[in-house]
Amino acid sequence: MNNNYQSMWKNLGLDLNAHDALLQVLGKGYQDIFLAQNNRPEGMSYFDFVMSEVHGLRIKELMDEKDQGRKIVGSYCVFVPEELVLAANATLVGLCSGADFVMEEVEKLLPRNTCALIKSSFGFKLGKVCPYLESADMIVGENTCDGKKKAYETLNTLVKNLYVMDLPQVKSEQGKSLLKAEYDRFKNAMEKLTGVSITAESLKQAIQIVNAKRSAIHRLSALRKANPVPISGLDALLANQVFFYDNPARFTESVNKICDELEKRIEEKQGVFPENTPRILLSGCPMAVPNWKLPWIIETSGAVIVGEESCVGERGTRNLTDESGQTMDEMMKSIVNRYFKVDCAIFSPNPDRLNHISEMVETYKADGVIHYSLQFCQPYLMESIPVETALENKNIPVLRIETDYSMEDVGQLKTRVEAFVEQLT
Amino acid sequence: MKCAGIDIGSRTIELVIVEGDQIIEQRQTNTGYDPIKESQHLLQDLSYDHIIATGYGRKLFEIYVDNAQTVTEIKAYARGVKQLFPDARTILDIGGQDSKAISLLENGKIKKFEMNDRCAAGTGKFLEVMAKALGFSIDQFGEEALKASKDLKINSMCTVFAESEVTSLIARGENRLEIARGLHASVAKRAVSMLKRISINRTIVFAGGVARNICMCHMLEELLAQEIKIPNDPQIVGALGAALLAGEQGNSRR
Repeated sequence: MNNNYQSMWKNLGLDLNAHDALLQVLGKGYQDIFLAQNNRPEGMSYFDFVMSEVHGLRIKELMDEKDQGRKIVGSYCVFVPEELVLAANATLVGLCSGADFVMEEVEKLLPRNTCALIKSSFGFKLGKVCPYLESADMIVGENTCDGKKKAYETLNTLVKNLYVMDLPQVKSEQGKSLLKAEYDRFKNAMEKLTGVSITAESLKQAIQIVNAKRSAIHRLSALRKANPVPISGLDALLANQVFFYDNPARFTESVNKICDELEKRIEEKQGVFPENTPRILLSGCPMAVPNWKLPWIIETSGAVIVGEESCVGERGTRNLTDESGQTMDEMMKSIVNRYFKVDCAIFSPNPDRLNHISEMVETYKADGVIHYSLQFCQPYLMESIPVETALENKNIPVLRIETDYSMEDVGQLKTRVEAFVEQLT
Repeated sequence: MKCAGIDIGSRTIELVIVEGDQIIEQRQTNTGYDPIKESQHLLQDLSYDHIIATGYGRKLFEIYVDNAQTVTEIKAYARGVKQLFPDARTILDIGGQDSKAISLLENGKIKKFEMNDRCAAGTGKFLEVMAKALGFSIDQFGEEALKASKDLKINSMCTVFAESEVTSLIARGENRLEIARGLHASVAKRAVSMLKRISINRTIVFAGGVARNICMCHMLEELLAQEIKIPNDPQIVGALGAALLAGEQGNSRR
């Protein structure tokens, strides 16, 4: 990694030794998991570059933006509306939560049986290794699951700029009103943070920018229906992960560029794995960088992932915001309508998610579903059983996996995934 | 054509060679700390046309032995059981380090399976540690436990916690045989709940090293209220399945 960044990281208050160690592990993991793949599309070189500079050049860009007075907002969830952040002339970034870090420190503040994602977000803070978190002018926490909701109370003692957004748990009119009220409050908070008034014009433009980003991902997803599949699930997941970090316009352009290449590949029947490789739909908890464990196990066990029913995936990106609104009220309503459709497992009941999983199995011609839950993530663990039952009633094979970020269960996971793939062939 | 199957488990390694569907050679050894050396030792002066490795050491074997292929234990057990008990649709395999419940389709293919999580709870290793804590050899553990008239409830499923629980039961002066029986009951209950998750269908075959334990077999039959089938040599089922699969793959390659 470039030495020029050392002073930037130091200024951000990172623990340089620990951060170097993290980057080394990340680099090694990336090498073994991504660069070791065969037949990768050339367009992935952009994402390789982004990942190699994820704590470097991208942070430098954010610092330059800050120098020009632009604010940075960090988020842990797809319910934080990027449209409102962009409209207030600020930048939204996803915060680090995909790897274990200083767990012994984390467990002084959080119970052991807290999910790996929440623990990780604390680990990055306590270990001083997340430059996104440290450069953020505002950190948005959101009341999704109980774990996160309560953890934010403690996180609030560790950071000085936490903003907590309340979220509905039921898809009722009252639920929608709550979301509307919270988005109105967030809009005001953004204006206060940036000193920029959100106008109908700036909001309209922001809606278009974020929709374009989502549409590019839709295009990428649709290309994965092909047999042979033109891009690995790991690479597609990476694009979905970079969605949360990159400059939106540049991201959109890069994803569209890779799609052009994939279209040619499909025409030439060129796949990343042989034709008729068993196709897996991955469904469940979000996978934040560098949580690549399960996709890596799946794609080195003779199967290919054709879709992610996940917040870092289709659950997070599938709906666009209606662009027909002209007034502020109309546009705010469209944004609320758009986000209210997200079928996160915190909603009860949550039939939309089940329908969406079945729909994705058909759309992407999946041979089986692997349901992934983080250990101690009650909402997704609870839903995994009805999901399994419903799919099995339709004769769709399901494997339920419960795991965390540690590598100790890789051997057993590999056996289970391999046996599941054998079952599909 | 002679085909070999080798099952490299956490505690033991089994080797089976078949000609057609007849077993013409079988060997067993302890896994120890160098499974490849032990495997090569088992294979010494044997000839075969194809070999498939299974068990947790299969990947290592694939690296060290030319032209070796691998299948999971789950597929290997399914194939082995289909050979020994064509009617069976449900398999319980409790080995040294993990346990599995497998349900089969009419054609012998896997319909669904469950596997224990990362620790040794409810496996052969659990029983081994407990036998030692109570001063039994693993071979007599089941037989001795069966002599008790009741089982003492053991609350911990974790091998480490259960061992301390056993220590405190001994310190309280509880009957050693009843503790032993209680330990068997806790493993059996866990196995039954795993079987119920895959839904039990017709004949159940119990295989793997723990199937040699008579108390486990007895308790499983009691809890399931049905007879369970146990292969003559429950530890070779995986190796047999792998050998048969090697034969089938060899045939399809021609």
